[in-house]
Amino acid sequence: MKNFAALFTALDQTTKTSLKVAAMAEYFRTASDADKLWCVALFSGRRPKRVITTKLLREWAAQKAGLPLWLFEECYPIVGDLAETINLFLPPAEEHKERSLSNWIKELKHLSTLDEEGRKSGILAAWNTLHRTERFLFIKLLTGGFRIGVSQKLMTRALAQATGQDEAVLTHKLMGNWTPDTTTWVDLIETDDPAADLSRPYPFYLAHGVENLDQLGPTSDWFIDRKWDGIRGQFILRQGEHHLWSRGEDLMTDRFPELAKLRDFLPDGTVIDGEILAFQDEKPMSFNALQKRIGRKTVPKKLLAQTPVILMAYDLLEIDGKDIRHETLEKRRNLLANILKNSPIEAPLRLSSEVIGTTWDDFAKERARSRDLHAEGLMLKRRDSPYRAGRRKGDWWKWKIDPLTVDAVMIYAQAGSGRRANLFTDFTFAVKNGNDLVPFTKAYSGLTDEEFRKITTWVKRNTLQRFGPVRSVSAEHVFEIAFEGIQASPRHKSGIALRFPRMLRWRHDKPMDEINTLDDLKDMLRTYG
Amino acid sequence: MSNLLTFTPEGIYCAAGDFHIDPWLPVPLALITHGHADHSRLGMGAYMATTSAAPVMRHRLGEIKMDTVAYGDVTSINGVDVSFHPAGHVPGSAQIRVAHKGDVWVASGDYKTVDDGLSEPFEPVRCNAFITESTFGLPVFNWTPQDILADQINDWWARNAADGVFSLLSCYALGKAQRLLRAVDPSIAPILTHAAIENTNRIMRGQGIALPDTTLVTPDLDLKAHKGALVLATPSALNSTWARRFKPASSAFASGWMALRGVRRRRAADRGFIMSDHADWNGLNDAIKHTGAERIFVTHGYTSVFSRWLSEQGYDAKVVQTQFDDDAGEDGA
Repeated sequence: MKNFAALFTALDQTTKTSLKVAAMAEYFRTASDADKLWCVALFSGRRPKRVITTKLLREWAAQKAGLPLWLFEECYPIVGDLAETINLFLPPAEEHKERSLSNWIKELKHLSTLDEEGRKSGILAAWNTLHRTERFLFIKLLTGGFRIGVSQKLMTRALAQATGQDEAVLTHKLMGNWTPDTTTWVDLIETDDPAADLSRPYPFYLAHGVENLDQLGPTSDWFIDRKWDGIRGQFILRQGEHHLWSRGEDLMTDRFPELAKLRDFLPDGTVIDGEILAFQDEKPMSFNALQKRIGRKTVPKKLLAQTPVILMAYDLLEIDGKDIRHETLEKRRNLLANILKNSPIEAPLRLSSEVIGTTWDDFAKERARSRDLHAEGLMLKRRDSPYRAGRRKGDWWKWKIDPLTVDAVMIYAQAGSGRRANLFTDFTFAVKNGNDLVPFTKAYSGLTDEEFRKITTWVKRNTLQRFGPVRSVSAEHVFEIAFEGIQASPRHKSGIALRFPRMLRWRHDKPMDEINTLDDLKDMLRTYG
Repeated sequence: MSNLLTFTPEGIYCAAGDFHIDPWLPVPLALITHGHADHSRLGMGAYMATTSAAPVMRHRLGEIKMDTVAYGDVTSINGVDVSFHPAGHVPGSAQIRVAHKGDVWVASGDYKTVDDGLSEPFEPVRCNAFITESTFGLPVFNWTPQDILADQINDWWARNAADGVFSLLSCYALGKAQRLLRAVDPSIAPILTHAAIENTNRIMRGQGIALPDTTLVTPDLDLKAHKGALVLATPSALNSTWARRFKPASSAFASGWMALRGVRRRRAADRGFIMSDHADWNGLNDAIKHTGAERIFVTHGYTSVFSRWLSEQGYDAKVVQTQFDDDAGEDGA
């Protein structure tokens, strides 16, 4: 664990990406294969199974520290990280034994075979033999959520440096549902064939928001289609088996069983990039409809009938089992259209059609129709561009419609966690309803650190009442709240729920009595819901 | 139960002696525990502080009417005995003992129990009622010993100096900066300072506190001749154009809040050194135990949690709202 802890410390002690990459590359050059594999797994969101509930961990930590559990629970939101709270709570270890990262993970697996008493003595013994940073990492392994400020992209860059392999190839190799138990360092990284795993998806190409239309050149260079408002998905059909991956590398195959039909309409060895949309009468339904399907692992028949989904296909990554991501978008689109042209109307599959126009003004007009079509805006893709890996500037841009906004007043504040521990960052907002204030949404992003610091000082001095971690504050500060969608919600007092609400601006210029009303929100619900 | 000190809208008040301690509104007579802005404010009719706290206060508050006293000397104010005792927070900082008819109260201002190598070390004072801060009144705060801390900072600075990189260290101008100056190894490279810090240095040198040589950063300072220097900056200067001239630089904060990884990451500095001028969890508990007091008044910090904890330990503990929530917040402590 010593060299893994040293790696963590090096990563934690710098904000410079070049130094982070160098530290990881050094680890990948020197650590054992088993440790390296686990490091890659952890840094790409693959965690060992949880052996113990966090409830027990908290109790044991409090016991070991000789302090009451309530005191632990008070500390947790302030520290903002469970593993860190436990580590800071515990007294220093009394002895030290060196065991490697993979060896500790083996120990966790062994503990999972024991009863609760056995697990407890195993964990307490571990806590008593690990140095501070090692112990923090060990507890992170126990609690899950191994996020330590390094993106998968940076880790892949370090892997590329250490192995001399191409970054995009490595990105591909790391996709899919492997775990350190199902593969080895040699098979995963050093073997040359990323397609060995039939379910393995390609890395998604992600677009940035468009910055300056004037710099894009003539519209004829660009293929433009709708930015569909569903869930991004990669559909894979290889050797008769199909797989559907989300952008977050979740396997969604079983959640959308109707897409199994595509096996009958698509040739084997096909990979399509597209959008899962709730779709009826040849039109996308609103995102609110699709939301009922998200998160459901099994879908009742009634819901399947009410909210059927399709794959709105916009790119082709593989044909006849061959990776064609290096071909131009134009060529990939032609091949895609060709595959789709014979698919019947009952196939849950449509081609995302090109939006036609000549000037950027034409496209601005098309963009303005987005909300009516249940789309989020337009996608601009350079006609001669390859399909790249990850979020890159230049060839793909999203041109989103402006969000909906309301002016509202802050009435509750709560401290954040992690990087935002100790700072009031989670706010509840209200609109007016006659003489009353009706809370209608929470938001916790959109302000600068400096603004959060200012509002934190203000909250401390203007607290009216405390409800556990939540403080009610005097209704004074007005914020412009932006959101992507609105829907009816009987569970909320206001009767509405917003999609992706965030603070667009702190309206210092706006007095409390000029904020929006509940009637304004209800109007929006009628128009956009 | 008698209340020798009470908590009024102006601040802590002694009715028997008719004076206030660290008031935040103008009053005729203010006894001041130490020179930080949230304890030592403008507009008082007259001030009383320790001899070693006075120079900084005069610098910050300008022409003021002030009596100074030595630690331990007892002064009678309207028949109430007051005396100042080292609080270990910054040079000149004091706990103020107030005694009247056998009742003894101590207002401790800000304090720490470990010797920082700069301030007059903390001395426990026996009393019946103790007013304590609780800035770090949670068991997750346990300070790194001063010698290890000095090693960490010197090691960071020496590595940077070897690479020709500036070490940009952010700290509070009064107390923390001078504590750092006395803890670091000045043989590593030159030490540069921001004006707010250099002003305090000058005052402290004037009162006989030895500090290593420092150079004030001025617009015409030749930075090439100072490659690898340690640059002491106030927290607000660290994110300003002032700091941008030091390139390349590694940045760091010295504060108790650096014990929390979340705060450290939010600061987006390369390093966070856990150095505080407040008592940590054990420091607070030990200090309270050694006063022998039954009644504890908990001010600024984790007041409700800490007073609940004290109540469970058998103390008669209460939360008191004050205006010592210093604006410096996470920067200063």
